[in-house]
Amino acid sequence: MSNLSGKYAVVGVGETQVGKRPEATTNSLHVEAIRLCLEDAGVDASQVDGLLTNQPLTDAHRSYAVRLAHMAGIDPSYATDLALGGATPIAMIQNAVMAIEAGMANYVVCVHARKRATPDPTPGYPIRSGDEHWEQPWGHFSAVANHAFAATRHMHEFGTTSEDLGQIAVSTRKHACMNRNATMQKPMSIEDHQNSRLIVEPLHLFDCSLESDGGAALLVTSMERARDLPKRPVQVLGMGQHHPHSSVMDAPTLTTLGSRKSSEAAYRMAGLEPKDMDFAQFYDCFTITTLITIEDYGFCGKGEGKDFIKDGRIEVGGEIPVNTHGGLLSQAHLEGIMHVTEGVKQLRGNEVEPERQVQGAKAGVISGHGGSLCMHASLVLGVQ
Amino acid sequence: MSKTEAHDKRGRAAPRAEPFLAEMEARPFWDNLKEHKLTVQRCNGCGTYFNFPPQALCAKCLSSDNEWVPVSGKGTIYSFVTYHRAWHPAYQDQIPYNVSLVDLDEGPRLVSNVIDIPPDEVKVGMAVEVVYEDHEEYTLPKFKPSA
Repeated sequence: MSNLSGKYAVVGVGETQVGKRPEATTNSLHVEAIRLCLEDAGVDASQVDGLLTNQPLTDAHRSYAVRLAHMAGIDPSYATDLALGGATPIAMIQNAVMAIEAGMANYVVCVHARKRATPDPTPGYPIRSGDEHWEQPWGHFSAVANHAFAATRHMHEFGTTSEDLGQIAVSTRKHACMNRNATMQKPMSIEDHQNSRLIVEPLHLFDCSLESDGGAALLVTSMERARDLPKRPVQVLGMGQHHPHSSVMDAPTLTTLGSRKSSEAAYRMAGLEPKDMDFAQFYDCFTITTLITIEDYGFCGKGEGKDFIKDGRIEVGGEIPVNTHGGLLSQAHLEGIMHVTEGVKQLRGNEVEPERQVQGAKAGVISGHGGSLCMHASLVLGVQ
Repeated sequence: MSKTEAHDKRGRAAPRAEPFLAEMEARPFWDNLKEHKLTVQRCNGCGTYFNFPPQALCAKCLSSDNEWVPVSGKGTIYSFVTYHRAWHPAYQDQIPYNVSLVDLDEGPRLVSNVIDIPPDEVKVGMAVEVVYEDHEEYTLPKFKPSA
């Protein structure tokens, strides 16, 4: 176990209302999330000296973190934007730990918001992924299709079916229906999943995550400082990252991803194993992502995910509840920051609707996944 | 660039259908294709074939000495998908259409299309060979099942 394991903690979380927020802007959602987080933590903005943001895809500032700090009354001694797509929220927590350990800051806010369900008229310039011009001339445009490549390949290698992927969507929706702050509130059946239209085959609409407005923030500080704050501190026990390729063109495989080595590093730092986890919040931009992540994080063998996910095993009350908030598929797509806030709330033990509370949760694992299946970050959280 | 040209309706970089022929490191690729020659970069230092997209230095030995060399044009399908939605108007009347990851026999992988057969007949592991699709300003390498 690393000597950093358990030394730092999340002491505040803020989650805005998600879904359609036509009255809000990308900027206002960020500040709203920070306010909610600081209120939860009992910490004033004047005490915050670190801020980490996810470079907004639609509204690029030279340094969004610096801009945002001064929109939120924060005078940072440490601030930067991170850009690892859906792995960014977890990378923010990791960078917060490193910054505090290095003496650069004492209270670091990690925040991300996006506005994708309703228009944001704020002027700005778009950010590109980088390789579009080697894909678009052949009609290849989307994150859906890159993940559909992985699904086709997983089906070819292991016999996984579209109905198997549907089970992930169905279980995730069950959890969303227990979460008052989830966009989707209507139960889904495998038949509903199969009847949803094909987007990029083999992926159907219900294999795809939502487009959402909303934001969330977390406050990280030392366990020493956490003891003086009102909320039960949730410790950072393990951290890992792995980024094994940069596009679908240089990926050595699309059925084992950065999730394997990243999770191994996080478990090692925590001194824990998959069997010690009480829940998993796994990045679910598409159902296939969750399936591969379950395998790579060691909950079953490679290729066995299709059988593992059945019989309620990934639902609250099952062996390893996955995405107890409804995930990107059915709660909201905020690039996974609500996977982290949900993990914290589950470990606090009294902050989510009772029907989706994992009873007696002491440790959980969270994944972030970004780009063309090329970026991955892992976090093990726990309480004493 | 105006906002309307640069953004899609959700504010992301707007898609385009044409290659960027002016990309400095890729010019030989497009020039050779005009002559119906599929070429890839190979390092003169260590012999490694480069992955796409093109780059100036070898990712294995960091040598800047490399050249574009012809390949057989034969490859296999690593994975494939069928688009049922068009992200760009140029593809609206083509759906459902195939996009494949083609592993060339020499190693590098291209994103391309398998043509000449219906999308539901494409298979992982299928042997394919290059065909050249001429446009006014450029030529695209596409693939058909090997004879």
